[in-house]
Amino acid sequence: MPLPKRSLQSIVLICLLTFVVAFVACNNGGSSSGSPSVSLQGAGATFPNPLYQKWLSEYGKLHPNVKIDYQSIGSGGGIKQIQAQTVDFGASDTPMKDDDLKGAPGAILHIPTVLGAVVITYNLPALGQPLNFSPDVIADIFLGKITKWNDPRITADNKGTNLPTTEITVVHRSDGSGTSAVFTDYLSKVSSEWKEKVGTGTSPSWPIGIGGKGNEGVTGQVKNTPNTIGYVELAYATQNKLPVAKVKNANGNFIEPSIDAVTAAAAASAGNTPDDLRVSITNAQGAQVYPISSYTYLLIYKEQKDAAKGKALVDYVWWGIHDGESYAKDLLYAPLPADIVKRAEGKINSINSGGKPLR
Amino acid sequence: MSAATNKFTVGPGDWRRILSPTGNPGDAVFRVSMTAIAFFVVAIVIGMVLILGADSMLSIRQFGWGFLTGRQWNPIRGEFGALPFIYGTVMSSLIALLISVPFSLGIAIFLVEQAPHYLAKPVGFVVELLAAIPSVVYGVWGIFVLAPFLRVHIEPRLATLFGWTPFFQGQITGIGLLTGGIILAIMVTPIISAVVRDVLTAVPGSQREAALALGATKWEMIRVVLVNGAPGIAGAVILGLGRALGETMAVTMVIGNRPEISLSLFAPSYTIASAIANEFTEATDNLYLSALVELGLILFLVTFIVNGLARILVWNVTRKSGGLTRTA
Repeated sequence: MPLPKRSLQSIVLICLLTFVVAFVACNNGGSSSGSPSVSLQGAGATFPNPLYQKWLSEYGKLHPNVKIDYQSIGSGGGIKQIQAQTVDFGASDTPMKDDDLKGAPGAILHIPTVLGAVVITYNLPALGQPLNFSPDVIADIFLGKITKWNDPRITADNKGTNLPTTEITVVHRSDGSGTSAVFTDYLSKVSSEWKEKVGTGTSPSWPIGIGGKGNEGVTGQVKNTPNTIGYVELAYATQNKLPVAKVKNANGNFIEPSIDAVTAAAAASAGNTPDDLRVSITNAQGAQVYPISSYTYLLIYKEQKDAAKGKALVDYVWWGIHDGESYAKDLLYAPLPADIVKRAEGKINSINSGGKPLR
Repeated sequence: MSAATNKFTVGPGDWRRILSPTGNPGDAVFRVSMTAIAFFVVAIVIGMVLILGADSMLSIRQFGWGFLTGRQWNPIRGEFGALPFIYGTVMSSLIALLISVPFSLGIAIFLVEQAPHYLAKPVGFVVELLAAIPSVVYGVWGIFVLAPFLRVHIEPRLATLFGWTPFFQGQITGIGLLTGGIILAIMVTPIISAVVRDVLTAVPGSQREAALALGATKWEMIRVVLVNGAPGIAGAVILGLGRALGETMAVTMVIGNRPEISLSLFAPSYTIASAIANEFTEATDNLYLSALVELGLILFLVTFIVNGLARILVWNVTRKSGGLTRTA
């Protein structure tokens, strides 16, 4: 069907106008302020993404000439991209492995930003108080060795709670995730059988259970299916008001997951944190420590090729671990303890460009 | 020789005439650009196969044919086998077809043969609207509505009725192969019914008149129409199957994502597309990545074959009964 000439002309006109508007808009975004602008690209972990986006918007208000983008593509992607130097900084929930560090073209520093925790959530209707779990019980539930809710080992930790005789349905993450990595890291520490049979990783081979995609997938299945047990991030559980279990820590106390208990885990393990700050703080010693906690890191090259970009990056990260920490609690992340901030400062100060320090 | 015959003889010096039989340069430009666009699509397909093949070389070298029959999927240990994913993909799609085909045929027969005009249009529109719903919406609906409904009302009944077969045993959670299949059935029904409707419309009216004239009842007449359209209906089913094989989000949310082969439809399962969507972002080491790409290659080849079969069937229909021009 031939289009009438008039409508053809107007279509062309609309197309042209769209291009012009888009062009003008793009140009404006780039060079609205007079001062020389720097733009930085980052990519990685999804877990700290809400905080990082908050940082970017707050930092953008203070420094309109610095434009920073963060893509939350997952920790694995963040490590890949920083290795390939396609981004200015990467981000990961788990520290890079030695092999990954060797595979990178330069020395990569780990700067911890905040902490998170993995919590055990469950669906048992008509249960008054939070359940208590011992580490070996959690491991055996996820190994499929404890199959009923009224198993004597569960009831031993929950005296006075009337647990049903039903079968336990395990729900785990199906997508590769730092949350799974932290959880399996914890289970490997508290159960030798778990370490041997399953191990630690972002996509472990789960002995039993059904997989949900993302925190929301696990939550959806736990909320909708009675007698389920699963694990999600602390922030996610708090926002969605999920029932959350107390977990027995290395000192033998049942601790309810909270921001303070997570920061306590970092503070308690500050003494044996290695110099490069790559550390797992699951199952840390300490009376008030929540045991399934972990750092999340920014990954930055020690040698910055471009001094202007490097300077902007160093300033941004410095601001993040000082002023930026004040936004953490509102978004349900645990801020760094003071000792670790001090040590992270040292790392940031060591970032240089051509031998010249950038701070 | 006249100019008219010259137009159709192709010699080495005649490329100008091939490009533009009328001698008008606009013709040549149009022809070249259309050809380029058509071949561009072909080039994309070939490029995809080549890249998938190249990127999965590491895994192909490591596991060989064993990849297709391996049952272990353990990224931590670097063990990769695709069989549970292939099984889950094929089974969930078959369940989808088992449920969807009778429904789709019913919808199409109703719309073409029985519905009055004021009803056929709106009902057909609503069915086609189902195809426009994003698959993630189906997935969310699956988790929050379909899975609990199946868990409470359908699966316990299936277990009491057919619990003696190996297909309806085990824990009832509402999440698993059956739920994945049902979600897929709902998603492919609009596709199959739309194509079957077109196939049935294309069956010549004379067939119906002849059947009725011989004293056939309406049901017998419809059987004649169905037999006439059978190859086209098969083509429609295979198009639906192709859609079901590649569906990702909705299935991921309800199938349970467990790489295990279990006869029970209540057990969680896993599809190729779901595995890629779930694990690609966090796949860091090269063998893992390569194994996921090889999964993609397998899925690509399976869908490619299925779509090829659909084409051949639909071509058969159009060739045999001449009048069918609206298929696929």
